[in-house]
Amino acid sequence: MTTDALRATRAARERLVWLAGLALGVLVLPWHNSVPSGASPFIPSALGLAADGRGWLWPLVLVLPLLVWTGMRDAAGRVFLTLAVGGFVLLVAQGFAVGLRGPSIDWMAGVFPASMQGQTGFGWGGFVSGAALLGLIAHALALRGFCRGDRFAGSAIVFIVALLGLFVFFPILKLALAAFVGPDGELAFAPFLARLFAPEIWRLDCLTGGRRCGVVINSLVLGLLAATICTTLGLALALIVSRTSFRFKQTLRALSILPIITPPFVVGVAIIVLFGRTGLITVWGAELFDIRPTRWVYGLTGILMAQVLAFTPITFLVLLGTVEAVNPTLEEASQTLGAGPVKTFFKITWPLLRPGIAAAFLLAFIESLADFGNPIVLGGGYEVLSTRIFFAVVGARYDLGNAATLAMILLSLTLIAFWLQQRWLGKKSYVTVTGKSDAGLASTLPFGLRGVAWAAVIPFVLFTLGVYAVVLIGGFVHDIGRWDLTPTFAHLRTAFAFEIGAEGLEFYGSAWNSMQTTLLVSAIAAPLTTLVGIMTAWLVARQDFAGKNAFEFGTMLSFAIPGTVVGVSYVAAFNVPPVDITGTAAILVICFVFRNMPVGMRAGLAAFAQIDRSMEEASQTMGAGGAATLRRVVLPLVKPAVFTALVYSFVTAMTAVSAVIFLVSARHNMATAYIMGRVEAGEYALAITYSTVLMIVMIVCIVLIQLLVGARKLGRRREFQGQTTPAE
Amino acid sequence: MRKSTIISATLAGFISAPVVASANELVLYCSVQEEWCRLMAESFQRETGINVLMTRRSSGETFAQLKAEEGQPRGDVWWGGTGDPHLQAAEEGLTAEYQSPMLAELQDWAVSQAEASGFRTVGIYAGALGYGFNTDLVADPAPGCWADLLDERFRDDIQVANPNSSGTAYTLLATLVQIMGEDEAFEFLGQLDENISQYTQSGAAPIRNAATGETAIGIVFMHDAVAQAVQGAPITAVAPCEGTGYEIGSMSLVKDGPNPDNARAFYDWALSPAAQALGAEANSFQVPSNRNAPVPPESPSLDQITLIDYDFATFGSSDTRQRLLSRWDDEIGARR
Repeated sequence: MTTDALRATRAARERLVWLAGLALGVLVLPWHNSVPSGASPFIPSALGLAADGRGWLWPLVLVLPLLVWTGMRDAAGRVFLTLAVGGFVLLVAQGFAVGLRGPSIDWMAGVFPASMQGQTGFGWGGFVSGAALLGLIAHALALRGFCRGDRFAGSAIVFIVALLGLFVFFPILKLALAAFVGPDGELAFAPFLARLFAPEIWRLDCLTGGRRCGVVINSLVLGLLAATICTTLGLALALIVSRTSFRFKQTLRALSILPIITPPFVVGVAIIVLFGRTGLITVWGAELFDIRPTRWVYGLTGILMAQVLAFTPITFLVLLGTVEAVNPTLEEASQTLGAGPVKTFFKITWPLLRPGIAAAFLLAFIESLADFGNPIVLGGGYEVLSTRIFFAVVGARYDLGNAATLAMILLSLTLIAFWLQQRWLGKKSYVTVTGKSDAGLASTLPFGLRGVAWAAVIPFVLFTLGVYAVVLIGGFVHDIGRWDLTPTFAHLRTAFAFEIGAEGLEFYGSAWNSMQTTLLVSAIAAPLTTLVGIMTAWLVARQDFAGKNAFEFGTMLSFAIPGTVVGVSYVAAFNVPPVDITGTAAILVICFVFRNMPVGMRAGLAAFAQIDRSMEEASQTMGAGGAATLRRVVLPLVKPAVFTALVYSFVTAMTAVSAVIFLVSARHNMATAYIMGRVEAGEYALAITYSTVLMIVMIVCIVLIQLLVGARKLGRRREFQGQTTPAE
Repeated sequence: MRKSTIISATLAGFISAPVVASANELVLYCSVQEEWCRLMAESFQRETGINVLMTRRSSGETFAQLKAEEGQPRGDVWWGGTGDPHLQAAEEGLTAEYQSPMLAELQDWAVSQAEASGFRTVGIYAGALGYGFNTDLVADPAPGCWADLLDERFRDDIQVANPNSSGTAYTLLATLVQIMGEDEAFEFLGQLDENISQYTQSGAAPIRNAATGETAIGIVFMHDAVAQAVQGAPITAVAPCEGTGYEIGSMSLVKDGPNPDNARAFYDWALSPAAQALGAEANSFQVPSNRNAPVPPESPSLDQITLIDYDFATFGSSDTRQRLLSRWDDEIGARR
């Protein structure tokens, strides 16, 4: 009985906190991010503005005393929940009803003349009130039995759903709407159809001898070619590593991480330096065959080269897993029954590899579609969806409707590929034959096949080495573009010069601004991403609630959306009130958190699958709530997942470009956007220098994260292993 | 306590730092070469202690950005870039009127630029349009006229920027229209398109590509071609024989920008002889607008070039600009 009383007191205290938050948000804090034109309230809070003639804020203000009153009487009742939900709906509705330049609904102007002056976006007051109302909704739901009454899990679900709604679904919806907006701002179907079936999107001229194909055709051709080459090379590498006596397996695995921490554009630049018209290889080849050097690398060829270099490691890692999962006993059985190595490979190994190959192919295809950095550097006149979208938003031909239509096409293509890939991955269980003994030796690769594999891999490895050699020396020589190899630190000085003057440390290097923002944004985004991701995984793995499948699907959707689409959708959604946050650092952080959160979630789900529920149940039986259990029992057990999520989100935040390129501003510029500007202006050396510095910073940070997260856990493990090893 | 983690996470997610400028800042939109932009920002910062947040974008892109930010502007000064988009911004009320005390020291063409816009913009430098070719790649006879660019030997070997994004390329469009007449100019551009390998985003990118040999000819302002030659590239600058147009690089104050006082301080400083002398240091050889500023010896002398009587008022107006650009999109851009 005392526990029940304790629980009731805790609930009452929690309700008080949320109500106090709502009071603060509605009565005290400034409601808007800047005082709207024409308003001169005593206090710029919702109350002050409502009293100043902005009457559409009154209902929202009045919800507060009603909530307090019903909360004291019957917080578990239906009225309290309805009020909380109603308050939240009112908050959202008033934000959309009156825009920056006036009301969006006609009758508003008649009822509230002040609405003609418009209102600015939400400020602290609006956001705090929104959070408090969500807290109250979750509170009321939990009291009514949602999530078996676990208030912590209930609030977590409500908040994550609200955040996903605001930062994933709302922008996509807004983007879809923008595709239907005509030239005069009216909503219509005709302009959408005109944009959708424009010849520059679909035409097939290049197949019939014309000059250029439509942009969708270009994207598809590129994606299919890149996926085919990457999968072939990835398979060759995987077979060599796992099925031959190749010695440098660990080196190869370590090197496959390199493209993941390579900032965008720098590979493209290195390819131009090597294969451009005055590039080392082109000139050498032209002299050898006595022909005039050409711009052969610009266009499909160049983009393909860069993408193969970037995505082959990914297909390699996927296929290595598949190849190693093939149970060698099957191959042994085949050979015992008299089949030769070639027959065994094609009759046994190959069919078992097929699902993995399909998964790798689709993954490379998706990556190629979403790629922005390589086409923009190496594309020449070869336009793909991501670059066309970029120029429709950032260029002088600003046309959000067109960008939105193209973005929806890109999104559909990606979702189809993603759906196919998920289906293939779903069948993965039939590849990994487990349960029985895995004893037996994997058969080595047939001789002829080994030759083919090596023939594919050797040029690829040479190419990769060449590209990274250019990256390595390019930043520290005078002008790599003209092969002037005089060593110099001039580029490093241009980017990162600083002086210790009278007023302390002064940064004069041109890259400091973007470097500081990048580090700050990544450092904030990484732990938040991890937190949201692991929390979501915990909810999916350990809680039962209505709509769980939809919840899981929603979180995965944000991962499938290409970065360019996310960027455009954020521009469409957050450039205007009520949530007017473009040009801030917050939008960069938010963008990263919701793009990368599914990775943390996947890592978390895998970890939770290994941990027995009974430990958490024990914790809860002992009286700990959901939060205490999560913090004291679950989190220490999923440290590897925390590490994966932290490293992934940090590295992605440092190297991502396709989404942030739309969101940077003079105040908050990101390293990748800065590098892109340098590449465009032809300052290759500076771009390479900056990229090298970024890669070093990333490696240092990964080591730091490992020290921070992994130390205690790994220490204990080593002791444990130390005790068991002698027993073997 | 129990909810502290999720509450803090949520609040952090909700953070919307209000766009309030701290006292000592200046947001500079810069549309000349990055190197010059950096030097200007750094020098102003050293002299005044005002922290300069600088973005470099082509003049067409900056114009689009100002238009997108109309109502809640985030920039203070737009410095550099061809005059036409500055005039258009003035016409559309995106920029603020300001008569600097430095106006008295300026060349006539800079003052007339200010007068034409109702003092919403001002000339800061001038330079003639032309092209540069890579001497390693272009054999004799050397090209010397606009018409030479149609030669078959330059097939796929010429670059110029896209006039939608670049003021340089728009100046080419307007110049050809003024020399040949509109229909003839588009016919010329259509033929030239056969020789164009790529329409770049930034105006000076073609000459950088010509300098490294990625293309044979880049159509740019002559001072950009000279800058490459000064840095040792095998580039020869050409003043076309038919006559050519020129730009008046301009500067405007963004209307209702967040730091108006610092913006005016930068504006006055940027018109001073000392600030204008910085261009040559950054390998930019335009003719400065302050009469007392030294003209770099490398600058292509405007007296020795056949200059047309460029009609800035007509070709800087919104109507003409939009009409020419959409015609370019339909007849040239659509072929790509």
